[in-house]
Amino acid sequence: MEPAIFSERADQIHRVGEQPFRMACNRESLAGAVSQRACVFCGSRVVLYPIADALHLVHGPIGCAAYTWDIRGALSSGPELHRLSFSTDLQETDVIFGGEKKLYRALVELIDRHHPEAAFVYSTCIVGIIGDDLEGICKKVSREKGLPVIPVQSEGFKGNKRAGYHAACQAIFRLVGTGSTEGISPHSLNILGDFNLAGEIWIIRDYFKRMGLEVVANITGDGRVGDLQRAHGAALNVVQCSGATMDLAKMMQQKYGIPFIRVSYFGVEDMAESLYNVARFFKEPGIMTRTREVVREELISLYPQLQKYRKALSGKKAAIYVGGAFKAFSLVKAFRLLGMQVVLVGSQTGTEEDYRELEEITDDGTIIVDDSNPLELTSFLKEKKVDIFVGGVKERPIAYKLGVGFCDHNHERKEPLEGFIGMLYFAREVYNTVMSPVWRFLPRRSASH
Amino acid sequence: MNPARKTSLKLARPKSAPYVSTTNACKLCTPLGACLAFRGVENTVPFLHGSQGCATYMRRYIISHFREPVDIASSSLGEKHAIYGGSQNLKQGLQNVMSKYGPQLIGVATTCLTETIGDNVPMFVKEFQEEHGGNGHEAAMPLIVTVSSPSYHGTHMEGFHQAVRALIDRLAEPAERTASVNLLPGFGSPADIRHIKEIMTDFGLTAIILPDISETLDGPILATYARIPAGGTPLADIKIMSGSQATLEFGATLKNQDTAGKLLETRGGGTLYQVGQPIGLRETDFYFGLLEVLAGRPTPIKHVLERGRLLDALVDGHKYVFGKRAVVYGEEDLVVGLTAFLAEIGIHPVLCASGGDSGYLKEAITAVTADLLPNPPQIRGGVDFYDIAQEAGSLAPDLIVGHSKGYHLARRWKIPLIRVGFPIHDRFGGHRILHLGYRGAQQLLDRIINAILAKKQEDSPVGYGYL
Repeated sequence: MEPAIFSERADQIHRVGEQPFRMACNRESLAGAVSQRACVFCGSRVVLYPIADALHLVHGPIGCAAYTWDIRGALSSGPELHRLSFSTDLQETDVIFGGEKKLYRALVELIDRHHPEAAFVYSTCIVGIIGDDLEGICKKVSREKGLPVIPVQSEGFKGNKRAGYHAACQAIFRLVGTGSTEGISPHSLNILGDFNLAGEIWIIRDYFKRMGLEVVANITGDGRVGDLQRAHGAALNVVQCSGATMDLAKMMQQKYGIPFIRVSYFGVEDMAESLYNVARFFKEPGIMTRTREVVREELISLYPQLQKYRKALSGKKAAIYVGGAFKAFSLVKAFRLLGMQVVLVGSQTGTEEDYRELEEITDDGTIIVDDSNPLELTSFLKEKKVDIFVGGVKERPIAYKLGVGFCDHNHERKEPLEGFIGMLYFAREVYNTVMSPVWRFLPRRSASH
Repeated sequence: MNPARKTSLKLARPKSAPYVSTTNACKLCTPLGACLAFRGVENTVPFLHGSQGCATYMRRYIISHFREPVDIASSSLGEKHAIYGGSQNLKQGLQNVMSKYGPQLIGVATTCLTETIGDNVPMFVKEFQEEHGGNGHEAAMPLIVTVSSPSYHGTHMEGFHQAVRALIDRLAEPAERTASVNLLPGFGSPADIRHIKEIMTDFGLTAIILPDISETLDGPILATYARIPAGGTPLADIKIMSGSQATLEFGATLKNQDTAGKLLETRGGGTLYQVGQPIGLRETDFYFGLLEVLAGRPTPIKHVLERGRLLDALVDGHKYVFGKRAVVYGEEDLVVGLTAFLAEIGIHPVLCASGGDSGYLKEAITAVTADLLPNPPQIRGGVDFYDIAQEAGSLAPDLIVGHSKGYHLARRWKIPLIRVGFPIHDRFGGHRILHLGYRGAQQLLDRIINAILAKKQEDSPVGYGYL
């Protein structure tokens, strides 16, 4: 059997300390390599989906809508329209004669039925090929029904998830600036790149509230169309999942002069630093004082609880393979806080800059990988004798079949991992996995003893 | 907030309105079914010719149910391929799968993208084989089976059946007559296929089961990681299927389809018996009756006893279930079998629904239930969960029988959901659910009665601990 690494992909894998840093990335996935990546449609769906009072209509055959039906844990405090899966369910005749009429009728039918605040229409691969005039139909329905109907140019083949993020940001940007900014506090911000998985955005909003800041729009977790329309009234954009929403932050900076800062809510260090950075921006002593108070209160309750986990987990080895690279930075630090060593870290869509930063914060011998696949991941996990692997649902069986622990840190998780409390949940999950007795019964372990 | 929204969910779709949109589909796309079928063949890698996203989405969907690694390769087409054609990427992908996985067979399924841009996949594959198969490398070349599975035509079940047909079309050779029996089981669970194999063995029959996902989608943990999981129908067995004495094809709604069974019959594969999935007592009786004829011996005592215990349980449990009203949905053939079973135990299926639309659902259900049901159920093909909710809202069901995606209805109506079929995304062990045979009927019965008892306890103001 051939080694796990494809020769074409050799330059997308780096071993820290063993060679000078160089990393190819942002390439099309290698055909036949079983990439863990999805597509443009997936990228835009991930970002826009949590807008809970909008209609999300997938224009295409049934699969694209079926596979994205309510699979993510993006919670809403009110309407839940986002949890339904709408599709034009294109059939052979639509492909031949065009799907515009069907799209029009579907939009009218669904808007009349659900009365959304806005509608997003996602184009899929096939729509790009048959050339339906999405823009034209959306404009027509928007005029007739009196609500924003926004095309999302997300044909799956037009790049990877990253291109989908961009399409989503452009779609959101069409809403921004169309509402009134009256009454918005000068001490206000938008939360970008948080999708309210397991209610995480509520944890973060609570911190900002305690700091004395007003959150104008959640973008997009627990999102509302009306908030997005007035988001240009905020004083600051706070960007977490930067891969997904940095484009929007940049567009808003350019058009409305709103500055942005990059943050991360994962792990104690990054969470605290993020709040301080936001406080520093407002240059108001009261805010900084309150921020210190928030961090202090949270840490006082958190640290003693973390100690138990740290004691048990010290010296264990972790591997990380996630969608966006920015999250990986925080995870490396979070594992360090638990006394654990990260021996593999990778992402589906990282940039060279991201990987360079990962190289700087990881230990010698750590493998850094871009757009990996099951064969590589299994070979790395085996080589590094990993105790726990952090990834998403597609990575889980790869770990389990190897007899390696696993922690879901993706859109489908049901445990909040953001915020100070999130670090505790994370530590608990890592502990519960690593310390499980089941691993000692597995053939791989017995064979190696 | 729009004041109309609160009531909007109750607005009924006018019966005469043209069908224009789908809300919460009760079906999956064609290539997914093809991948599942290919996955049941020994040493095979499924390959999707299309965008990367298709393979990844389907993998994650399948993985969530089976909890197994499911590698589906992709030609990962980009924008330029959509314009100039995907031939080059397909060939590169095949080459990469060959070198890293070393499969004996690659099952290539098309997607809506590659069907629409008009890629001639069989021709590309032929070119690939000519380019790479020469110079003494023929032995290393895997077989490549292609199936046309545009996702805008049919459901995952059409994709599944078409892939099985393509496998036979490509592999089955004229063969000497043998005593073996071909079994085309359709899409059951790994537990179903294991049970079917056990029954065949107990009858002393040599069976060729295609596809066989009993191990490939429910494998053991091993000391070393297998790039392709062991198990699946051996290629050598598929080659000699046309020599078998008979072919059993499960599928009560396959009548007008150009199925693998029909193809085998034209290739000399013995008599074709197209039968419903053996779910419930009578369909299983019919199946065992067939096996008695094919094996030339009576049903082994082990299964006679299982049948006897099932009858015993039907009697013990009849009061708990009689008159209960059920909504059943899922793949058409599964719905036919489940409906037959429910009718047998005295449950009234009030709505039998499927996202599939073969046109034979009604006929098939009527055939298995006509003498059992005083009032025929509503039967609807080509529906989504919006339609199911609309229909069933006034039918006051007591329970729902179907896959996980009906959970929101069960929650809304506060009635139990008996999880069967695929996908089971909100329970553990979905791939180990047994639906077939006397044993499967027994397990379904136990689960249904226990769900009804649990509901009775929950609803009761008295804490009955003795029911």
